[in-house]
Amino acid sequence: MKRSMYGKYGGQFVPEVLMPALNELEEAYERYRDDPRFLEELAYYMKEFAGRETPLYFARNLSKKYGTKIYLKREDLVHGGAHKLNNTIGQALLAKYMGKKRLIAETGAGQHGTATAMVGANMGFETEVYMGAKDVQRQHMNVYRMQLMGTVVHSVQSGSKTLKDAINEALRDWVTNVGNTHYLIGSVVGPHPYPMIVRDFQSVIGNEVKAQIMEKEGRYPDSIVACAGGGSNAMGIFHPFVGDKEVKLFPVEAGGCGLKNTEKEALHSASLCVGEDGILQGAHTRVLQDRYGQILESSSVSAGLDYSGVGPELAHLADIGRIKPCNVNDEEALEAFYELSRTEGIIPALESSHAIAYVMKMAQSGELGDLVVVSLSGRGDKDLETVFSLKEKENRRVCQ
Amino acid sequence: MMIQEKFELLEKNKEKALIAYVCAGDPDAGTTKDIVCALVRGGADIVELGLPFSDPVADGPTIQAASHRALDAGMNPDRYFELIASMDAGVPLVCMTYYNLIYKRGLEKFATDCAKSGISGIIVPDLPAEEADDLHTACRKHGIDLIFLVTPVTNEERMKKILGRTSGFVYIVSRLGVTGARADVAQSTKEILSRVQTDVPKAVGFGISDRQQAAEVLAAGADAVIVGSAFVNIVASGENVNEKIEVLARELKSACKEKRG
Ligand SMILES: Cc1ncc(COP(=O)(O)O)c(C=O)c1O
Repeated sequence: MKRSMYGKYGGQFVPEVLMPALNELEEAYERYRDDPRFLEELAYYMKEFAGRETPLYFARNLSKKYGTKIYLKREDLVHGGAHKLNNTIGQALLAKYMGKKRLIAETGAGQHGTATAMVGANMGFETEVYMGAKDVQRQHMNVYRMQLMGTVVHSVQSGSKTLKDAINEALRDWVTNVGNTHYLIGSVVGPHPYPMIVRDFQSVIGNEVKAQIMEKEGRYPDSIVACAGGGSNAMGIFHPFVGDKEVKLFPVEAGGCGLKNTEKEALHSASLCVGEDGILQGAHTRVLQDRYGQILESSSVSAGLDYSGVGPELAHLADIGRIKPCNVNDEEALEAFYELSRTEGIIPALESSHAIAYVMKMAQSGELGDLVVVSLSGRGDKDLETVFSLKEKENRRVCQ
Repeated sequence: MMIQEKFELLEKNKEKALIAYVCAGDPDAGTTKDIVCALVRGGADIVELGLPFSDPVADGPTIQAASHRALDAGMNPDRYFELIASMDAGVPLVCMTYYNLIYKRGLEKFATDCAKSGISGIIVPDLPAEEADDLHTACRKHGIDLIFLVTPVTNEERMKKILGRTSGFVYIVSRLGVTGARADVAQSTKEILSRVQTDVPKAVGFGISDRQQAAEVLAAGADAVIVGSAFVNIVASGENVNEKIEVLARELKSACKEKRG
C-alpha cells in the first residue's frame, strides 16, 4: 500500500503544478514532526496560546436525564471557540519552518478561517481566507473576527457557495501562488499528506481524553461520538483509540432535511453514510455525486458540516467496520443545541450539536454503553443568529 | 485520425500546430458541432473538447462559466460521446476532463467509449503521473493517447517520469495558475521549453490568446500552441460566434505557418 493511501482511499489527485508543493510539505513534515525544537514550540503554542489541555467535563445533568455517563471533551474552550486551532498552530509552524510568507485557507463555519487568522496574525503571515457566499452570510460574526485580525476574506460565488466551492477557490489560488504560499487545509481532507498531518495535529484531543478518562474512570469509554464534516475533530479524537477495539467510534454526519437527493443537490451532507466511491478535491473518498460523477451540492443547517466529501481515512475505517457512520437531521441537531444549553449551561456549535443529538437519541438503546465521550468541537456563539432566525419561523422548522 | 499522424503531416508541410479548446455543450450540443467546424475551417489542427465537470479546479473563471453553462444545458458523458460520434471533424479530437467523471464511468468503459466515438487522446488536469497507472493501461489497450502536463515547477526527476509516460504530445503549462486568457507570454515559457527534452511534440498552453503570443511561443521552440479561453470567450459572447471563431483560428494558425527552419 502506498503511504498516501488508506485502503483504497486517499491519494493525490491534484494538478501537476501542486505535486512539488505536496512533496515539499511531506518532506518538511517528516523532518520536523519529531524535531525537539519544533515540538517545543508546538507545545508552547498549544498551552499558552490555545489554552490546552481542555477539560474532559462530566455532564452531570445530561447524564442523569439520559441514563448513561456522558463526558464532554471541551474543545469549545480552545482559543477561538473550536478545535480548529490545534491544526492551524501545527501547520502554521510548519509553514514558518518551510519559509512560507503567506497562508491561505478555506472555511465553512468560519471557525477554521478564524483559527487561521489567529495564527496568521500571531506568527506574522499574510493571510487570505476563501469562504462561500452563503457561509459569509450565515456566519458573518466570524467574517468580522477574521477581518479584525488582518485577514482578507474572499466571498466565493460559485457552485453551492459553501465549503466545497471555497476549497476549489483556495486550490486555484495555491496553483497560482504555490512558491510563497502554504495552503492551510482545515480538515482531514484533500490530497496526501494533508489528511495525515491534520489528523496528527488534531490527535491531541484523543490523547488527552485517554489520560483524562483513565484518571477519572479508570477505564476507556464504551463509545466516542463526534460530528463529522471533513472529519478532523472526529479523526482527532478517534485516532488514538483506533487500536482499542472495545471502544466504539461514531462519526455523526449532517442528515440535513433527510437522506434524499434532487438532481443537483443532496438534502444532507452524509457522505460516509450514503456517499459513493469517488475523487473529490485531491482525494479518493466517499462523495455525494450523481450517476455521472458530477458532485452534488450538500446541505445542512450547520455550515461546518455542509460538505460533499469526507476524509479518506474515515471512509476506510467505515469500510473495515472500525467506525460506525450515523447521522442526525437538522431538527434533531437544533433540539440538542437547546437541550445542552438548558441542561448544562453550555451552548454548543451547531456542528457539535449533531454529536450531542446522536447521544440523546441513542443513549437509551444501550448501543453506546455506559460511558460515553462526546467531542464538543466548538461553541455556539457563531450560530445564535441562525438559531434565532429559525426560532422566529413557525415551529422552528428548518426543512419545508 | 491519430495525433501522431497529424503532427507528422504538419512536419512534412513545415507547419506547427494549432490546438483549440472549447467546452462541449456550451451553450448546447448543436452549437458545439458548428463551432468545431468553424475551428477546423479556420485551421485548427487538433480540437480539445472539454467534458464539463461540476468542480473544475484547474480552470479559471472563463472555463468554469462555460462548464456550468454546458451542465445546465444538460451535457453529460453519455451525450458527450453521442456528440463526438456524430461529428466528422477531420482532425484529431481530444477529451479534456476531470478524473471523477472517468473513474465513475469506469476506466475501461471510458477508454472504450473514447475509441468508439472517435476521441484520440485524453487530458486529465487533476491526474498526476503517480495516480495514472490504471488509466494509462486502459488507454493503451484502446489506442488512446494519455496526454500529461508539465509545469515550470516540475523538477527534472518528475519531468523524466512524465515525458516517459505522455503520448500524442506533452502539454506544457507555461505559467503557474489556472486557465484563462492573458495579455503577455510568461517569462517562464522559454525556460521550461528548453528543459523539456523529448521527441514527443511540445504543446504550450495556459494564457495564450492572440497571434503575437502564439508566434513568440512557437519561436521559443514549441511545436504547438493550445488556445482555450480566447475561443470560449467568443462562445460566451453569443454574437457571430462561428464567424469570429473562424477568424481567430485563422489568425492563430497563420503564426503556425511562418518560416519554419
Ligand atoms: C465547531 C466545529 N465542529 C466541527 C466542524 C467540522 O469540521 P471537522 O469535521 O473537520 O471536525 C467545524 C467546521 O467548521 C466546526 O466549526
